[in-house]
Amino acid sequence: MSRTAWLAVVIAFALVAPFAIYPVFLMKLLCFALFACAFNLILGYGGLLSFGHAAFFGGASYITGHVLKEWGVPTEIGILIGTLAAGVLGMAVGVIAIRRAGIYFAMITLALAQMVYFIFIQARFTGGENGLQGIPRGHALGLFDLNDNYAMYYFVLAVFSLGFYMVYRAVHSPFGQILRAIRDNEPRAISLGYDVDKYKLQAFVLSAALAGLAGSTKAVVFQLASLTDAHWHMSGEVVLMTLLGGLGTIVGPAVGAGVVVALQNYLAAGPLGAWVPVVLGVIFVVCVLAFRKGIVGEIRDMVKKSF
Amino acid sequence: MADILGVPVQVLMGQLLIGLINGSFYAVLSLGLAVIFGLLNIVNFAHGAQYMLGAFAAWFLLNKLGINYWGALILAPLMVGAFGVVIERFLLRRLAGVDHLYGLLLTFGLALILEGTFVHTFGASGQPYAAPAQLTGGINLGFMFLPWYRAWVVAASLFVCLGTWLLIERTKFGAYLRAGTENPRLLQAFGVNVPLLITIAYGYGVALAAFAGVLAAPIFQVSPLMGSNLIIVVFAVVVIGGMGSIAGSILTGLAMGVVEGLTKVFWPEASATVIFVVMAIVLVLRPAGLFGKQA
Repeated sequence: MSRTAWLAVVIAFALVAPFAIYPVFLMKLLCFALFACAFNLILGYGGLLSFGHAAFFGGASYITGHVLKEWGVPTEIGILIGTLAAGVLGMAVGVIAIRRAGIYFAMITLALAQMVYFIFIQARFTGGENGLQGIPRGHALGLFDLNDNYAMYYFVLAVFSLGFYMVYRAVHSPFGQILRAIRDNEPRAISLGYDVDKYKLQAFVLSAALAGLAGSTKAVVFQLASLTDAHWHMSGEVVLMTLLGGLGTIVGPAVGAGVVVALQNYLAAGPLGAWVPVVLGVIFVVCVLAFRKGIVGEIRDMVKKSF
Repeated sequence: MADILGVPVQVLMGQLLIGLINGSFYAVLSLGLAVIFGLLNIVNFAHGAQYMLGAFAAWFLLNKLGINYWGALILAPLMVGAFGVVIERFLLRRLAGVDHLYGLLLTFGLALILEGTFVHTFGASGQPYAAPAQLTGGINLGFMFLPWYRAWVVAASLFVCLGTWLLIERTKFGAYLRAGTENPRLLQAFGVNVPLLITIAYGYGVALAAFAGVLAAPIFQVSPLMGSNLIIVVFAVVVIGGMGSIAGSILTGLAMGVVEGLTKVFWPEASATVIFVVMAIVLVLRPAGLFGKQA
């Protein structure tokens, strides 16, 4: 099947899915898929392992929750403000973190995100341990009542498509080419005259903003912004989703997010509910040891070999 | 009693002591990370979980086998260190030659498994572990009350740090370790068993974490998540100091504990974040870290 045909099938499935599958679950899946795609931009294409993306995801959900609840702005504006806030935060973290590479980059982003987490615990507007509850969903474009789960689903689908398209465009552009060049051979990119730090920072900010878009949307869907979304476990989960789906593949992270979210939902309902972190840890270890290309990466290689 | 900047001396000294104790833990843990990083080139994300294992090993030894604190101080690091050797031999070794980030991810997965298993088995709350009878009570120094156990923690940590420093900088074995850090292939060509050296380094780093865990057991209680937030602070300490130098990581660890303690006196709200702020400032001014070699 051609690429277009595949795309048509996926779109058709996405449009009818809420009539077969619980819409709230699908919305959760889409939010995390967008989060993982945004994360993949910096890890898969930029080669930088950020261990602090929960700060952008959770931070944006707090900001969006706050402006929707306290300022009463329209839903789209609230999400936009959250996304921009995540971008600004990404700029602040990125400027410091890109001064080092490799594992130091991971440790620095983790530490800075932990700092943001502590600030969220202490700040008054976040509601501490309770989080922000009862965030109004409002109306999309002032017309469609988002309290209806189907309307909300199509709204989230639109947000996801927009975000996914932005990642796709960024990757398949001269900017994306340069980013991959830096990932594969940084000294060479420097010698070719590229301002490497500038590109890394731009990719980081874009990735942070899109992670924020995912977090803001999730806050609207669940009408809740909580510390869980900003905790470093969340940063680890998004790494896992991306790794499991396939680093540096365009659809891999979305697939990985789907598997992880489905698994969490499935396990949480059964007797293994308390074992979720352990199961995630085991998947992590297996992925790293035996399965580094991820689901989509392995399939791609299999297809390549057989033709 | 005199005040310093409007703070009673007792309060100031009390917080300084707490800072020094936390600093001792930071020092021992970041030292272990530095030893592991030197030879394996990976950041051991499971370090916090292994610190927790040390504390639980002490708790088990006391409650199931009746082995007291002093025995645990020797046995727990050996047990957890042996566990580390198994991890290195069967898991980390397979990652030789792939991007170092995978080592971080693998140990992150291990940390999730260990902490998740212990939370499930023991619940998230702590188990009490009494300080040894010989070290209960304390001494009144006139300006503050010094509990014996806390003095012992600082002394024992410094002793272990100093011993490690001597081992690495002043012995033949340490020379091998340093050579392995600089150029493992050349060292192998000279007939030194480098893979064995790597296993020993990992086991030793893990044992250091477990030792810190035993020391911490009577102070913080024994709980499954005792290392999970601590390890992030230790990462920040490592970034501040730079992993290039053994002495550097010890000094940075102690200094950061004291900075944290002082912040608790003068601006309590900022005490949880001060080390991260210091890290950001150091990265802006001196990206390689205070003691790091410029990469």
